[in-house]
This record gives sequence, C-alpha cells and structure tokens, in this order.
Amino acid sequence: MATVSAPKQVSVKEDAEALRKACQGWGTDEKAIIAVLGRRNAAQRRQIRHVYEEIYQEDLIKRLESELSGHFEKAVYRWILDPPDRDAVLANVELKKSGNKHHVIVEISCTKNPEELLAIRRAYHARYKRSLEEEVAYHTKGDTRRLLVALVSAFRYYGEEINTTLAKSEAKKLHEAIKDKKFDNEDVIRILSTRSIAQLQATFNCYREQEGTSITKNLPKDSSDEYIAMLRMAVRCLKDPKKYFEKVLRRSIEGIGTDEDALTRVIVTRAEKDLKEIKELYHKRNNVPLDKAVDKETSGDYKDMLLTLLGNEV
Amino acid sequence: MANPCEVEVLNNALSGIGVDEKSLVSILTKSQNEHKKSMRKGCSKFFLEDERQFERWNDSAIKSLKAEFKLFKDVVVLSLMHPWERDARLLKKALKKGPPHYNVIVEIACTRSSDQLLGARKAYHSLFDRSIEEDLASHVKGSERKLLVALVSAYRYEGPKVKEDAAKSEAKALLNAIKNNNGDHKKKAMEEDEVIWILTTRSKPHLKVVYEQYKKISAKTITEDLEVELLLKETVECLCTPQTYFTRVFDTALREDAKEDAKKALTRLVATQEDVDLKGIAAKFEDKIKERVKGAYKDVLLGVLADDRQ
Repeated sequence: MATVSAPKQVSVKEDAEALRKACQGWGTDEKAIIAVLGRRNAAQRRQIRHVYEEIYQEDLIKRLESELSGHFEKAVYRWILDPPDRDAVLANVELKKSGNKHHVIVEISCTKNPEELLAIRRAYHARYKRSLEEEVAYHTKGDTRRLLVALVSAFRYYGEEINTTLAKSEAKKLHEAIKDKKFDNEDVIRILSTRSIAQLQATFNCYREQEGTSITKNLPKDSSDEYIAMLRMAVRCLKDPKKYFEKVLRRSIEGIGTDEDALTRVIVTRAEKDLKEIKELYHKRNNVPLDKAVDKETSGDYKDMLLTLLGNEV
Repeated sequence: MANPCEVEVLNNALSGIGVDEKSLVSILTKSQNEHKKSMRKGCSKFFLEDERQFERWNDSAIKSLKAEFKLFKDVVVLSLMHPWERDARLLKKALKKGPPHYNVIVEIACTRSSDQLLGARKAYHSLFDRSIEEDLASHVKGSERKLLVALVSAYRYEGPKVKEDAAKSEAKALLNAIKNNNGDHKKKAMEEDEVIWILTTRSKPHLKVVYEQYKKISAKTITEDLEVELLLKETVECLCTPQTYFTRVFDTALREDAKEDAKKALTRLVATQEDVDLKGIAAKFEDKIKERVKGAYKDVLLGVLADDRQ
C-alpha cells in the first residue's frame, strides 16, 4: 500500500499557483513545495506540471531544479517525474557511474511487473534517444553484460499459471549450477531472465523443499565478484522485493553516515506502491519505526520531504 | 475423347505456383468418364500407369498439389489475422518445426517495428500462456539460442539519431569477431558476445551505419563475410538491407524448382509486409508472377502488391 496521502480531489490550478508563489521572490518556500508535491499522486503531479506550463510558460521541473539544491533537490526531482521516466533517469545515472557495479539496474528490472518495465524502456527511448538494452550492453562486459541485458529485455508472461514439473527440474538445475560454482551457467541466466514471476516463485519454493535451505542462503554473500553479487541481488529481488527494499533502507541508514541516494530512491519509488508494508517489515526487523530512523538520520527540508512521503504531517 | 488442348490446359492449371481454379472448374464440369480417361493418359506428370494397366494418381504429385491448393488458403488466413496473432503463431510454428525453420524467427524479429514485435510477444502470452523468450530459451540448443532469444527480446530505439564513433568502432569489432575468432576456427561469430549485443540491441539506423562503415574497412560487406553462418547472415540482412532479403524471397519462390518453404516465405511476406518498398520490389517480379503463378493465389499477389492498394 502507498504511504503518500494524496487527497482524491485537488485543484491543480491552485497547486500550480502555490508552487509559483513558493518559487518567487527572494529564497524559496520549501515547506510550501513539500506541502503540495509531497501529497500528490503521479497523475495529479503530471496535471500540475501541465497546468503550470500553460499558465506560466515555463517548465516546473526546470524551475524547481534552479531553486532547490542538495539532497532535497534530488528527492523532489525524482519524485515529481512520472514513474517510468524516473526509473529511466535512475538507470541512466547508474550506468554513467564508473565500475561494473550496476545494482540499480538489477533492482529496476527485477522489482517491476512486465508492463512497468516496458514503460521504462519506452521512457528511456524518449529521453535518451537510445534503448536501455544497448546502453546497458555498452557499459558492461562479460557475464555481467549477459545477465543485465537479459534482465532488462525481459517481457515475462504475467499469469499465475505454473508448471510444477518444470519448477522442480529448474530448481535442480539451479542447485547444480550453484553447487559446482558455475554461476555463469547458461541455464541460470535463462531461468532467471525468462520465466514468469509466478513460475520463479514456484521454482524457489521447490529449491527450498529439495535442498532444505533457501536459494539466497546458498549464493555466496558479499562476493567480490560483481557478477555473483548481482546474481544474488536478482534472486532476492525476484523472490521477495519488499524484503529486499527493507534491507536497502536498513543498510542506507545504519552505520556511520547515510546513503541518501539509496534512501531517496527506495522511498520515492515505493511511496505509491508498497512502502507501507516495507515500513512494517522495517519496524519488525529493527524495533524502531522507519519514520523515527529517518527523523534521526536526516535533517532540514530533505528530512521533511521524506517524512511527508512516508505519510507524516510536517 | 479429350482433345490435346484440354490435356494441356489441365497440365497448366496444376503446374506452377498455386492452381488455376477457373480452368479446373470448366474442365471438370465438361468432362465425362471417357474424357477423364484420356486426360489421365495425357498427364504423365500426375498419373502413373502401373503393371496392371491401371492409371493411378502419382502420390508425390498429390502431395505437391495439396501444398499448391493450400497457398491460397494460407494467404487468406494469414492476411485476415491480427498482425500480432499472426507473428506469434508463426514464431511458435517455426520453433516447433526446428532448426531449419529458425530463419522465420529471424525474419519476424528483425523486420517488424519495435512495437509490432512487442505486440507479437503480448499475443504469444495470450495464446500460449508463456513468453516467447521462455520457449525459445528452453527449446533452442546451441549457439542459436543466444542470438534468437536476444533478437526477440529487443525493443530497439527507432529514432534517427546515430553515434558515428560508436558505429565505427562496432564495425571494427564485428570485423575482428568474424575474421579472427581469436584464431579459434571452431568458434562461430554467432557465439561472440560482441556480435550478439551489437546486432540485438542497437537501433536499425545505427546498424545501417555500422554496415556502411564495415564496407569501408573490409573488402566485403558483412553479409558476404558471413556466407557460412546462414542465420547470422540473415539477421544482418533483415536489419541492414531488408530490400535484399525481400528480393531474394521473391526470386527463390518464383523459380521453376521452388520448394514448399520458399513459397511459404512468399505467402508470409505478402500477408504481413505493409511496407511501401515491397511494392517496388514486387513490380520487378510482376511478369514472373503472371507467368508462373496461377488462379486465386495469383490474383491475391497481384492485387495486394498493386500500387493503388489502400
């Protein structure tokens, strides 16, 4: 369930006016921006941008980019975009980073349903004049490339039908690959990138029945091999996305310093989907509500934005 | 007694591509048993006289005739189908029939627009309760698997923007992969990751530039250098020089010794390609069509490929 509290009826004209007022004159009224945008759903945000442009002849997003800064600006920018466009931007940002670590690509391709992933691929065409697959292929190599291109290209069947015999045999194939440490085995990538989510869940369950432990426990943790780390991540995302997101949140907050990029990303991308359940998981695991942890670890307008998206009145 | 003229008409009506239904109707409605007897004697292509002096149908002739009669039915059924269902069914059939038919998968994956291919994938979900990638990945063995799965999974950018530098370096990479194979002559170009990702993710305009760049650095074109690897060659052809591919389909299908698959390829092209350019190619073959193709099937071909078609 969503945590964002967007009223059913809004006046997008009034919202546009309020945002305009917040950006005019000296300084910026960040609280007003949070109060409006932080409480609107994707459709409403889209309408506000449209109306704002009609009335004031300028792009609201560009305006906000120039008025705001830091983590707050990043959060607002990501929040205000249409979800598929947002994910396209996140993917692009990730790919431009150096090194072969592209966890966000795994996250995006394995936690969305097929239509969502398709919308992201379309948005990527529109924004970057290239396909997501060619971009991923260009920036990666070897086994990592094979895995990531396969994952982002997937258009999985999204019915609930499962074939139990198949699940059993594929669970066995996965186990053999893991046992022999042949993680780059063709079958592994094939199964993970082509089977439907329902079929994969059945396969993972069969795996646990056959081997006594879950598949994630058998994949090496904290491997220095980027490919194996991404493989493990893909399995975790496909198996239980909410649990995966809880861990990302936990990791981003715990320890010294905060990983604002990860924190923003999870909250912004899940606030309209299942952040409520993720919050509950977080509370159970860490004995402290997520809101409280965010309150403690962040500050200023950035904090207020996150807390608003988490459903609080600030 | 049937006169020699009628025998010739019968022979003609059943030879070539398709069948001349009108002539057959008039022959049959006018013939009596004596007529038919002399027609059987006159058409040695279709009837055999066995050791008991009994003229019987040549079994293999019946088989070929079945295929010729079927051409019209196929083009009708295929043309009326929703394009997505059509492609999904063609893909499934090709997969089921096995490796000699994988070129159909290449044809569909490479000549459709990004959204048409996507539609075919959706239709496949609806018709077969699985994704095409799943089926391909689990039924295709060997090096073809990587290529075919990647080809059907593509959702290529369709705008005109091309990065010249990238195209240049990718042409070079392809040349290396095709020529050298790192000295390992057993490894096919199709098995090289570089080749796969370039051909299966880059946009078509980009690949056309790669094709041109390749010509500059190699004595031959990519397709000429890939003579031995048929599937890969057709991939490049369909993506970079589809006109060459279409022309070849027409040419092969309209030959004297054309096989069943060649004619099926023609049917497929005619029923599915709404490309304006196809008409240009077809115009070159108009005379051949009029000469070798018969009956309702010919009418469909000529009608569909005519310039004033909506």
